[in-house]
Amino acid sequence: MTEASYPLPNRFERPSVVSFALYIFIAWFVVVSFSGAGISLSNFIEGIPNMGTLLSEMFPPKMDRLGAIGKALLETFQMAIGGTILGVILSVPLGVFASRTQSPHVLVYRFTRLLISFFRSVPDLVWALFFVATVGLGPFAGTLALMIDTIGFCARFFAEAIEEINSGPQEALTAIGANRTSRLFCSVFPAAMPSFTNTAMYSLEKATRSSVVLGLVGAGGIGIELKVSMDMFRYAEASTIILFIFLLVVAVETLSTKIRQKLM
Amino acid sequence: MNLALNMNQAAPSISTAELEIEIREIRKSYGETPILKGLNLEIPKGQAVALIGSNGSGKSTLLRCTTRLIEPDSGEVILHGQNITKLTGARLREARSKIGFVFQHHNLVPRLSVLSNVLHGALGRKPSARLWFQSLATNLDREEAMYCLERVGLAQFAARRVTQLSGGQSQRVAIARALMQRPTIIMADEPVASLDPQAGEEVMNLFFQLSRSENLTLLFCTHHLEHAVDYADRVVGLSKGTIQLDQESSSISVAELRGIYD
Repeated sequence: MTEASYPLPNRFERPSVVSFALYIFIAWFVVVSFSGAGISLSNFIEGIPNMGTLLSEMFPPKMDRLGAIGKALLETFQMAIGGTILGVILSVPLGVFASRTQSPHVLVYRFTRLLISFFRSVPDLVWALFFVATVGLGPFAGTLALMIDTIGFCARFFAEAIEEINSGPQEALTAIGANRTSRLFCSVFPAAMPSFTNTAMYSLEKATRSSVVLGLVGAGGIGIELKVSMDMFRYAEASTIILFIFLLVVAVETLSTKIRQKLM
Repeated sequence: MNLALNMNQAAPSISTAELEIEIREIRKSYGETPILKGLNLEIPKGQAVALIGSNGSGKSTLLRCTTRLIEPDSGEVILHGQNITKLTGARLREARSKIGFVFQHHNLVPRLSVLSNVLHGALGRKPSARLWFQSLATNLDREEAMYCLERVGLAQFAARRVTQLSGGQSQRVAIARALMQRPTIIMADEPVASLDPQAGEEVMNLFFQLSRSENLTLLFCTHHLEHAVDYADRVVGLSKGTIQLDQESSSISVAELRGIYD
């Protein structure tokens, strides 16, 4: 066997005192978090019979309000489509301003990043409450909430996609004498398009799932139907609604996957 | 396309032709490291000049400073009588539009068609949104782009995506894009460095033919000393940010040029 003339490096690096203390703190916090989250095995076991009762009352699903449920489901999907498209369109300029490589000024970059973080950190249900209070009950409030939620998600990923693209074609267009707008449309957007499409399609899936919940606060869609059914103990009807929501989400995810595969 | 060489075509000498490129006392440092140390160079219209030198000698930096893709720390660059170091905004873009710049890795937009990429060459002289994609462009512009593609022998690939082309073909599309600029100068930064020898010869041959037929001034960096001797009228050797050699290519051999790398 040949022997190296240099000593072998250690398999693991010895952590510094600070790193070691940090690891201990993280481990302690995880344990405390489980306790703080109220996780209780006994409560879970005691709840199993209730779950069984509820599930038995949900089956078989009741199909006598299919027309109303279908209409609410269509409205839910329309909200998701409207909110996503508006959000994606507005995310494009915000993504440009929020990218280090394309932002016209560092202050614009910082302000846009802050705005996007704010949009993202406030949950969609809170946005829905805000818009219900300002533009009234109904799908328009839900659409606006989904639009803001989409911007918070898409603009960030659009900015990152723009930052990651190869700068070579942009340099070539700069050398040609192309202006900033031409450089964006001729090299930045085409190069970032696969990532934009991916993010937009994922946003549509996300918006479809969110639009179901928004109805719970009066922002349109099928959520209100689900809430009424549950409040009135019409569990068989609730199970029908849940089944249709499941079918809608699966259909949107399948469609989104196919579109992404086609465009990539 | 006829790529046959005709080395007997005359090249202008410095004393007789008008100056196309004047570089005066150009300096550029990256941090504490000086790359260009007060470099002077004059190139007359229609002359083909090869820049040689080891990695880090400042060849690429000099080309980029000449078009202000990199800002020089000091010095002046005068292109066809216009001091471009003093230009900003639209006037700088207009000056750049007359310089065809071909990069080592062609720098085409990968998801667009060959024709769209060639059309982009006109964006400097005509900033119109209709030039962004070939589907929006006027017939006149599309025909001009097709003509540029014909000149590099790739008109049959106009509708293809550039990702479907070989390295040599992509570099020829980049040359077609430069021709679409209607340039008076072509600069090329190691244009054949990533190509196989045969594709490299074809591309250099194309540069040579175009520069002679259009009376274009050609300034290219290369590590292929044979290319410097075969395709340039003049060879300029850089070392440590200064010009160590400036000679007509007909009066120097490849073996002598190797000395610049010592």
